[in-house]
Amino acid sequence: MPKVLQRPRRPTRTPEAPPHIIEYFRNISPGLPQVEFCIQCGSCGGSCPTAELMDHTPRQLFALIRAGELDEVLNSNTPWYCASCYFCMVRCPQEIHITDLMYGLKSMAAQSGHAHRNPAMDLSRIFAGFIERYGRAYELGIASRHYLRHPPYNVFGTARMGANLLAKRRLNIKPEKIKGVSQLRKILKRAKELETPL
Amino acid sequence: MKYLFYPGCSLHSTSGAYLDSLRAIEEKLAVEFEEVGDWNCCGANEYLSLHRIPSYALVARNLALAEQQVNGTRTLVAACSACYLNLAKTEKYMRTDRALDARINDALAAGGMHYTPGSVQVRHILDLIYNDLGVCKLKKLVSRPLEGLKVAAYYGCMVIRPDPDKRLRDPENPTALEELIQATGAEAIDFPLRTHCCSGHMPQIDAQVSFELIRNLVAAAVKCGADLLVTTCPLCQLNIDAYQDQVNKEYGMDYQMPILFFTQLLGLAFGLDARDLGIGKEIVSAAPALAKIGVKAEPVTPELRKRPPKAEGLPMPAMPKAFGDDL
Repeated sequence: MPKVLQRPRRPTRTPEAPPHIIEYFRNISPGLPQVEFCIQCGSCGGSCPTAELMDHTPRQLFALIRAGELDEVLNSNTPWYCASCYFCMVRCPQEIHITDLMYGLKSMAAQSGHAHRNPAMDLSRIFAGFIERYGRAYELGIASRHYLRHPPYNVFGTARMGANLLAKRRLNIKPEKIKGVSQLRKILKRAKELETPL
Repeated sequence: MKYLFYPGCSLHSTSGAYLDSLRAIEEKLAVEFEEVGDWNCCGANEYLSLHRIPSYALVARNLALAEQQVNGTRTLVAACSACYLNLAKTEKYMRTDRALDARINDALAAGGMHYTPGSVQVRHILDLIYNDLGVCKLKKLVSRPLEGLKVAAYYGCMVIRPDPDKRLRDPENPTALEELIQATGAEAIDFPLRTHCCSGHMPQIDAQVSFELIRNLVAAAVKCGADLLVTTCPLCQLNIDAYQDQVNKEYGMDYQMPILFFTQLLGLAFGLDARDLGIGKEIVSAAPALAKIGVKAEPVTPELRKRPPKAEGLPMPAMPKAFGDDL
């Protein structure tokens, strides 16, 4: 009888990971296992719907992190092309929280000024601005402000879509504001102080 | 049965139809959704891209509000996939990561709030209907079987992946939505792309890649012979519905594939009126597909304010009425 191969209960750690970078990544993505457990199998890039447009596939990005090439990692467009479909995360044999790591990388790049004139980051900034102002997302405001900076690919098509949505009562003309906006702002202000600095 | 309910921003704007249909089937399902008071946006995928602790704190404020409202139920139900995942993920990370929990509660304390991990159970509406109410109960409620309708189930991503509490069992090959469709009497066709990505927020960032992903989904649904798609996610619905004519233009196609929320389909099977379920708010009209099974659905048209009728002829000075005609 052939012996059935048993998967190790806890993945083994690769030795070459520079400790200070790994420590930082441990802070930005909650839970275990972390990036140092990557076995470079490539399941992530193979599952990714937007991988062909990425500068590096997630696998390459993890290799760069382990090699300590932090600058190249933060300048890569890879995290910004992540559409959050979580395919990589459920397919990763080492159960690394890849999508959460991508979010961590995006916030690292945004906070350290790496993502310059990046449409994805601008969209996030505009979205966050409306949340901090009203407590709720305001689609019409977000879309119009974003499109002023980054014109839509199909201008007339987008205008027609907006008109259709308005006609179907699917866009609010006025933003909704919550009662506890000042409370929310206090919470967010304190939370920003508690963020792990780069 | 009473549940706490987190609608999320989409259900108040772009996906009003989802909220309409949920409210319409509430009574039939014998459940009551009590909205969390003064909830704030969950941050979708955007807030987490810029900040980490603030984004968890943003979500935790909703959890704390829900905790204050816990009364006879501790189940918090979300309908939007992104809202559900953000709430469920934050709850899970706070439960499992003590240091993160301490930092988030430190931030919440600045607004005079506190959340004890584990005091609220976050669930998605699909999981609630499928696992708690069950397919057998739904079958009994069906008064107008949707026989002859071919429906493709489209899950989107964030309900089935990563599924932090493993409620829908299989992240690649779930069957919950298909079973619900079959319970309504409609035929759940085999749709291979049912767990694929609709591109999320990519139409605003790189339209070409997102159009390709949307085209793949619509083309596959057409090829599989679907009359309509049914989904659980407001953003999937918006992408496939609102961008379909731009996708058609980009690829020189003429697809007309309507997409509805699964709650709208359930409502139809329960014999409810299409208008009460928000059917007609979709841009690619579902009326032709629903006409196949004899359901009448009219598109929602804006009610324009009517101008007062114009007076005949040119405006001329008239004698005030007070002087009477006999002057």
